[in-house]
Amino acid sequence: MAEVPGNVEAAAFDAATAAVEAALAAGARYADARLVDRRYESMTARDGDVRALTQTTSAGLGVRALVGSSWGFAALGDPAGDDDARRTGARATAIAEASAAVPGPPVDLVSVPAVQGGWASECREDPFAVPLAEKGDLLTGVTATMRAAGVAVAEASSQAWDTRTAFVSSEGARIGQHVRECGAGMHCLTVGDGETQRRSYPAFRGQFGTRGWELVREIDLPGHADRIAAECQELLTAPSCPSGDTTLLLGGEQMSLQIHESVGHAIELDRILGWEAAFAGTSWLDLDQLGSLRFGSELMNITIDPTIPGALGSFGFDDEGTPATARDAVRNGVWVGVLAGRDSAAVAGLGYAGSVRADGFARLPMVRMTNVGLEPGPHTLEEMIAATDDGVLMEHNRSWSIDDRRLNFQFGCEIGWEVKRGRRGRMLKNPSYTGIGPRFWSSLDMLGGKAPGEWRAWGTPNCGKGQPGQVGHTGHGAAPARFSGVRVGVRG
Amino acid sequence: MTALDSLVAAVLDEVRRQAGVQASAIVRAESSALALTRFAASAVHQNVADEQTTLHLQLTVDGGRTATASTTRTSSAPDLVTATLAAARLRPRDADWPGLGGSAPLVSSGNPDEATAQTSPAERAAAVAAFVEAAGGLSTAGYVQTSASTVVLADTAGQHVRGAATSAACDGIARLSGADGVARSASRRFADLDPAALGARAAAKARAGVDAVPVDPGRYAVVLEPAAVGDLVAGLASGQFNGKAVVDGTSGLRLGEQQFDRAVFLVDDAVGPDATGLPFDTEGTPARRTDLVRDGVPVGLTTDRRVAATLGSSSTGHASDTSATAGPVAGDPALAAADGGSVDDLVAGLERGLLVSDLWYTRVVDPKRSVWTGLTRNGVWLVEDGRVVAPVSTLRFTQSYLEALAPGAVTVGSVVDPQPGRLTMTYAGTNRLAVPALRLASWNITGNTTG
Repeated sequence: MAEVPGNVEAAAFDAATAAVEAALAAGARYADARLVDRRYESMTARDGDVRALTQTTSAGLGVRALVGSSWGFAALGDPAGDDDARRTGARATAIAEASAAVPGPPVDLVSVPAVQGGWASECREDPFAVPLAEKGDLLTGVTATMRAAGVAVAEASSQAWDTRTAFVSSEGARIGQHVRECGAGMHCLTVGDGETQRRSYPAFRGQFGTRGWELVREIDLPGHADRIAAECQELLTAPSCPSGDTTLLLGGEQMSLQIHESVGHAIELDRILGWEAAFAGTSWLDLDQLGSLRFGSELMNITIDPTIPGALGSFGFDDEGTPATARDAVRNGVWVGVLAGRDSAAVAGLGYAGSVRADGFARLPMVRMTNVGLEPGPHTLEEMIAATDDGVLMEHNRSWSIDDRRLNFQFGCEIGWEVKRGRRGRMLKNPSYTGIGPRFWSSLDMLGGKAPGEWRAWGTPNCGKGQPGQVGHTGHGAAPARFSGVRVGVRG
Repeated sequence: MTALDSLVAAVLDEVRRQAGVQASAIVRAESSALALTRFAASAVHQNVADEQTTLHLQLTVDGGRTATASTTRTSSAPDLVTATLAAARLRPRDADWPGLGGSAPLVSSGNPDEATAQTSPAERAAAVAAFVEAAGGLSTAGYVQTSASTVVLADTAGQHVRGAATSAACDGIARLSGADGVARSASRRFADLDPAALGARAAAKARAGVDAVPVDPGRYAVVLEPAAVGDLVAGLASGQFNGKAVVDGTSGLRLGEQQFDRAVFLVDDAVGPDATGLPFDTEGTPARRTDLVRDGVPVGLTTDRRVAATLGSSSTGHASDTSATAGPVAGDPALAAADGGSVDDLVAGLERGLLVSDLWYTRVVDPKRSVWTGLTRNGVWLVEDGRVVAPVSTLRFTQSYLEALAPGAVTVGSVVDPQPGRLTMTYAGTNRLAVPALRLASWNITGNTTG
């Protein structure tokens, strides 16, 4: 087991320990505490100028307490010392006692090892050590390039997070983590008669990972600015995506969102159990069918894997102190696994947790995606195009919507192309498609990833869930894929 | 002088010391408390409370080099200024920097309710119990939330304002045999919430939704209940009346033209007696009432100082921590009631169509036409000859919100039912949308959950 990173301070563990002890002293039967110190930086450039530069430091303590079958959570920003920590711990227990006024069934926690250790993400080039002037030059440069190419609006942005966490539980866990994340992206808009078109790179919100600034250098924004600006203008005069049922080919970035929305959220155990019924929603999946339900075709192999180096959903331990472990969610098209926490796993009779995360110190840890991705397949995109007589290829997400059971989805993409007689044809604007999750995944008949670089762990830095709202960072391994008989060209 | 005043003064002093008297700065100290009690399967399963004080600094040097920063480490004002100043100096000069607003009196002192700020976990749990009890044995889920925020803002141009705000919301569903019914309410006062009435209403809706049947896609006349109207208004506020969308060319508004039905009146009522927001924005501009649609004619936009300068107007007081990127958005939108009567009255005037309780996961497909796709949720019913004849299963729509409100297409209900919503991502994460039910001539249903 790795040691606690040196930059997670001992005083943080002291405060977390004091909070846990106070929660227990007040009557909790279990408690855990996280002292989180997060630094964030974002820069946005528009049309050749830096438009926004923000730096945020968010530090504080969050404490969970379990009294009987009821949970309580209390958080305090920037605790001044152990007295503040103890007050917060006792408050968590008091809130749990209030919860008991409307009690639920007994709560158990599946067993996890009480780790004393730590983890740090790999980072070759600290994003906070890269000069702001260099970041500004990069972002203003690509927006100036796109503007010079004739688009109406050009924007680019970068974001970076540095998070240090000290976790202590009443079961003896004492874990320090240091996670650095960053990424960047750009997009442009063109405005025509009663319409706007958009192109982005490398993804509609950029690409992100638990990596250093080397990720931003690798995606090479300057090398793609002219291309997306030209495509954005060409879209204004392109024909619209036709309407009807056809063969659909999706690029890897769009596949990552397809996985996120129609698989990742559907396999969240809290949704399956009804704990998110009023807001995020439930799931069409029924636990009685875990291990037997056909989710998709034989090509569909989905993993839950927070151990992928550099992926945005990677960590050493989740926010309940469970060590990161890879497991299957869908194997050969059959649903076999869920994203679980210690209490939800116990309710479901499962033996594993490991997918509970919180957005900073002030939010309650809850079931979240880690890296939920599709394993690469045996084909290349070019092979898929060559094997398609009549279809549409779509790339880069523009809009997304899915029902509260994660069944009926509709996605819009930025750009599409006709595929006719095995060749990529005309560019198409306003491409969209719709479907029902298991029916759609069962129509997966070709899957890319054979060619170098086709499979990639895409990062989603903006997954919303929870009340109060939380923003999660998730990863999704994806490659281009082909689906048969999909309805495209939905009009408003 | 309050503790927040002291924090702001300390940062301003540090700005003058480190950056000199020529520097421009806006300093904001915000103390916030948010508590939310969540229930599912008729039991409280998540119950949270957090308190924090945050210092925000926007610092501009050389007349146009700006950086912003915030920290929860309120004892480290020198570090905050040092880091922000270093960032600002590295930025290229922004020729379009709109400058500071300077001293301006507040129109309102805000509407905080002390009792709401002091609401205890036991009181929130009691509200949950009332909702659950009133649902008459149906499984229930939802939340009860209270929040309070106190803010002091000062800038180097002489503005120095204080304000406070509170909000409360109850939002829940009742569930029966695959049918969900919803009821929700928002106010600045916890005491205004009636969780028992909401629980009873949600249960009645769920009972009426059992054994839903699919209907074919196509165009339907609809009655949208207030929860669904709240989504429509939020979409228009964020994508159409947002001044940045007009600057960017993505808004399809035709200011000064008869774009909507004459029954449509929309304002951002940021200083009304029921407003839940602060009486000033993050640039220190006093909040004010902003007319957006009058007699069906778009007449106003929401702006911050930058957008206003671009449009040649003055700020309407809608700057936020996200307005530089997402644009300035109304926080207290209010759609005026008219003479359409109750939801039942609106349904009675529907020859054939759908009654829709709620919309879900709505996303923009075409910004310029404000075409959104999304789904119905928590109940939809088929209406024939003015009567509800059958519950309908979940439907997908793809519809222009602008065109849905076209002249001759709208009947506005008579009862405003305030809804919690997410517009400006305030400390509480919710806004209050004051909306009545609407009857609309055409709504484009493009699918259902069976295909």
